[in-house]
Amino acid sequence: MPDTLLFALEASLNGLTAGVMYALVALGFVLIFKASGIFNFAQGVLALFAALTLVGFQSGQIPFSHLINATLGTRLHHFGWNMPTVLAIPATVLVMIGLAILVERFILKHLINQEPIILFMATIGLAYFLEGFGDIMWGAEVKALDVGLPKGMSMAVDDATFNWFGYGFYIDRLEIWAAGIAAVLVAVLTVFSQYTKQGRALRAVADDHQAALSVGISLRFIWVLTWSIAGIVALVAGIMWGSKSGVQFSLSLIALKALPVLILGGFTSIPGAIVGGLIIGVGEKLFDFFMNPIIGGATENWFAYMLALVFLLFRPQGLFGERIIERV
Amino acid sequence: MLYREAGDFKTSYVADSQTFPIKFDRYGYYVLLGFAFLVMPLIINDYWANSIVVPFLIYAIAALGLNILIGYCGQLSLGTGGFMAVGAYASYKMMTAFPELNIIFVIIIAGMVTACVGVLFGLPSLRIKGFYLAVATLAAQFFLIWLFTRTAWFYNYSPTGMISAPTREVFGVPVTGPRASAVSMYMICLCFLVASAWLARNLTRGSMGRKWMAIRDMDIAAEIIGVNPLIAKLTAFAVSSFLVGISGALLFAVYLGAAEAGEAFGIDKSFLVLFMVIIGGLGSIFGAFAGAAFLIVGPVLLKLLLVNSLGWPTDLAAHLEIMIVGALIIVFLIVEPHGIAALWRTIKEKLRLWPFPY
Amino acid sequence: MKMTRLAATLAATMVVAGPTLADTLHFPSLSYRTGPFAAGGIPFADGYSDYLTLINERDGGIGGVPIRQTECETAYNTERGVECYQSIRNDNPLVIQPLSTGITYQLIPRTMEDGIPMHTMGYGRTSAVNGEVFNWTFNYPANYWDGASVIINYLLDENDGSLEGKKIALLYHNSAYGREPIPTLERLAERHGYEFLSIGVDSPGQEQGSQWLQIRRERPDYVVMWGWGVMNPTAIQEAANIRFPMENFIGVWWSGSQQDVRPVGDGAHGYKALAMHGTGMDYPIYEDMQRYVIDAGKYAGTGDEVGTVLYSRGMYAAMLAVEAAKKAQEIHGVAAITPAMMRDGMANLEITEELMVELGLPNFGPAFSVACENHGGSGAAMIQQWDAQAGEWNLITDWIDPDRELIMEMAMDDSIAYAAENNISPACLN
Repeated sequence: MPDTLLFALEASLNGLTAGVMYALVALGFVLIFKASGIFNFAQGVLALFAALTLVGFQSGQIPFSHLINATLGTRLHHFGWNMPTVLAIPATVLVMIGLAILVERFILKHLINQEPIILFMATIGLAYFLEGFGDIMWGAEVKALDVGLPKGMSMAVDDATFNWFGYGFYIDRLEIWAAGIAAVLVAVLTVFSQYTKQGRALRAVADDHQAALSVGISLRFIWVLTWSIAGIVALVAGIMWGSKSGVQFSLSLIALKALPVLILGGFTSIPGAIVGGLIIGVGEKLFDFFMNPIIGGATENWFAYMLALVFLLFRPQGLFGERIIERV
Repeated sequence: MLYREAGDFKTSYVADSQTFPIKFDRYGYYVLLGFAFLVMPLIINDYWANSIVVPFLIYAIAALGLNILIGYCGQLSLGTGGFMAVGAYASYKMMTAFPELNIIFVIIIAGMVTACVGVLFGLPSLRIKGFYLAVATLAAQFFLIWLFTRTAWFYNYSPTGMISAPTREVFGVPVTGPRASAVSMYMICLCFLVASAWLARNLTRGSMGRKWMAIRDMDIAAEIIGVNPLIAKLTAFAVSSFLVGISGALLFAVYLGAAEAGEAFGIDKSFLVLFMVIIGGLGSIFGAFAGAAFLIVGPVLLKLLLVNSLGWPTDLAAHLEIMIVGALIIVFLIVEPHGIAALWRTIKEKLRLWPFPY
Repeated sequence: MKMTRLAATLAATMVVAGPTLADTLHFPSLSYRTGPFAAGGIPFADGYSDYLTLINERDGGIGGVPIRQTECETAYNTERGVECYQSIRNDNPLVIQPLSTGITYQLIPRTMEDGIPMHTMGYGRTSAVNGEVFNWTFNYPANYWDGASVIINYLLDENDGSLEGKKIALLYHNSAYGREPIPTLERLAERHGYEFLSIGVDSPGQEQGSQWLQIRRERPDYVVMWGWGVMNPTAIQEAANIRFPMENFIGVWWSGSQQDVRPVGDGAHGYKALAMHGTGMDYPIYEDMQRYVIDAGKYAGTGDEVGTVLYSRGMYAAMLAVEAAKKAQEIHGVAAITPAMMRDGMANLEITEELMVELGLPNFGPAFSVACENHGGSGAAMIQQWDAQAGEWNLITDWIDPDRELIMEMAMDDSIAYAAENNISPACLN
């Protein structure tokens, strides 16, 4: 096979795995949008906050130590113990659930019946707040996150492809794991929303708030539930991205990578988030591969948006989005 | 009592439809303008001008522009930073290519260039709506920034890709470059702001503004009653981008003096201006001013209070500052989702009756 | 009452002008402890502040005049940087260290106008080495072009003096900072005959999949990195992933700190970076630092950055500033120096090996001297290598000199162009 084709194939394979990483972030957006019609801009910051909390628990950091030290003149840093990952992850999940309860209690409850843009703005406010809060709580330095996931080149893929094509493909083992985890996550979420009582209630709320209220579904409970699930998905995304490049501020910017995935897949579709992620991932890697010699690299930041934009011109509601029906 | 309209009679339609129908308001406005043009230049010091007043004036122009798009025409845009960059780079190219051209024309032409680019990126709005459009405008943001950092022609092939504004004068007084004094910077920004506000106010209350609002409230219904959505949406994009471009040009040429697309006009700028519009109040000229004031002056005051007065470590103060701004946004949305402008209206209603309510 | 007092303090803090405090030496610090680059900004600011605190505590200031430190948070944002500058410029700041190339470009014309010296150590505008044009800007002891040239000289050394037929890729942060070395590396490519490839990474640089696939396809012999923030650990991780030989991967001095390699773990073993100064705790100065600053609880920040690379850099910057202030006191015979006097001190600064030993920092930085024609020092740097097992940076070379002739020639062209653009007639001050 010619080299270019092999290289392109390798680039698209990498695009697929990168796409899964985007989809992981996009999933959180979709969940909240489906259940409450809120475009949750804070999803990226949620991922950062979850990852920070996880690392903090793992390394036994004392929360707010810098604030305490500055005001009381003490010198606290760590508790002196390390929490095993199996304990730290459930502990972080608890924190995320607590956060969901607080968000519902202090923000959402007061904004029932507001226009979507107001709710969107509120989540931006929340994003700011959490950004500062996470830094105060855990400190702003880069932290290494290790939950025991394998990293580096997959030798199995390299060997197999080398035997077939005479050129070993490169795939990051972490991203293969991410694909597996994403598949499990989607399966669990689907089962949850199809076959459990809460899941059905959640879908009812997504369809119509008022009708759901009138059959006795507690809107507030459902909101706490969705935000908790979104928090857990954020934790997963935070773990995957944090294992890649360490936990620090820029982790919150992955939200921007998820937005084109969202519009491509449609705001309301879980499979859409996955398929959208894959399309964007492959698209941008291939575009970079072919166009790099012509227009220069680093096109990833905008290409995804352009692709989504062109796509929207033909299908304004996204790939799997609900059809927009307009009446006067 | 303080604020009354009794005895304020109108005898013509023109008098009835003026911007400030109440005498008290009108005189207040004249006093404010007089103060801004005549008194402020005498009392303003460098620190105030450079850290608070000039950025406030510049961002108020951007907020006015975005408010036309979002507040009047209902098209959500997150590409403001990119459009500001267009204004900045257009003014840079004009300043270096035609050194003898007056800076005022340079800035206006930069605004026009931005308007053209805005129309181009506004085209998808004919098919895409709501959040989908917001994300689509991000394409403009990222693409424009990429273009400006990649294409050497835009920054005159300088090795670093930074653009820096040469000194230009208005009536013999330098307004750009390092020799520009705080007062001259203040004055040129103020003039542009007043002109922009006048333009925005008169456009929005004319037939064009009514068309925009019809599109905002329900585009299909508007189309049925004869509003051409193509023209209405694209004019909104054009006017909005024109103002945003002017503010970008001012930000670069007058305020920053040197800039780099990715750093000075990143996505944060888009969000910042969007916050101003929403916190100030959608669909209100006053709101654009109030929002800009809130988000420019607020953080500086917080910083002065926390660091200089209370002596907190700067990092804690900065984290707290972000938290407080975030919390304030949320509180504002809960208390008054329609922004400071709506709050101001409520206050006026109350003041009309004060101190003798029914 | 409370409100009026608050308002009064606010008003008082805003009117920063007024009488100058002649009995202190004001060293401002424009730091960034928040935002995307906080991880790099925190240790630098801590080191800068701790050294100045040490001078105050141990020596009672410089020449008997105590140092006054102020800190202003820029978050690596140019607008906030300008605001910080405006808030301190009437307060007799002896030297401005903006700690960001973007802010440097904003402040070059302003400091020139205001007569405040600015020191950009290892960043900023390279052509500021020409002190005849940039009277108030200093970038000793080394700049980006020096760094690029030192790396090439090091590679020449490794390859027995010839890079003919080699392929060198530059992975750069797509900003003013990252693009700085490109012209130098291109010029050097012509001279030494290596093939040059530049690969940009957009800020913040968390996604480098395509770039490293490209590197994997192109198989360069060496990869040079100009990165900052999260781009560094990501790149090192990706390099480890594709099994790029780490010893052929060399970062600039802003891509070679603990924060960059630690998140990668063992995979980063063998990664190299430029070092414009020594690092680690094996310097006598740390005894004093421990006694006067750390144990006394007067350290800045959380105190857990002491001895890291960027902490050392902050300390080095503070040390050079203090030495320049001493020089200024010596030249003018006044203890309470002004910014203008400080400039003279910086322009005549001379760092010798003996002086470094005397300061408790033997061989920490290069010996160099500053003159009006050369604001850039010697440009020499060392190469350090990361030992993941021991968790420390080891210096593996001595000081390597850059190709100064070429750099001065390029800097001259750029600075003359700047002078023409801004109507500056190049000349030395006094």
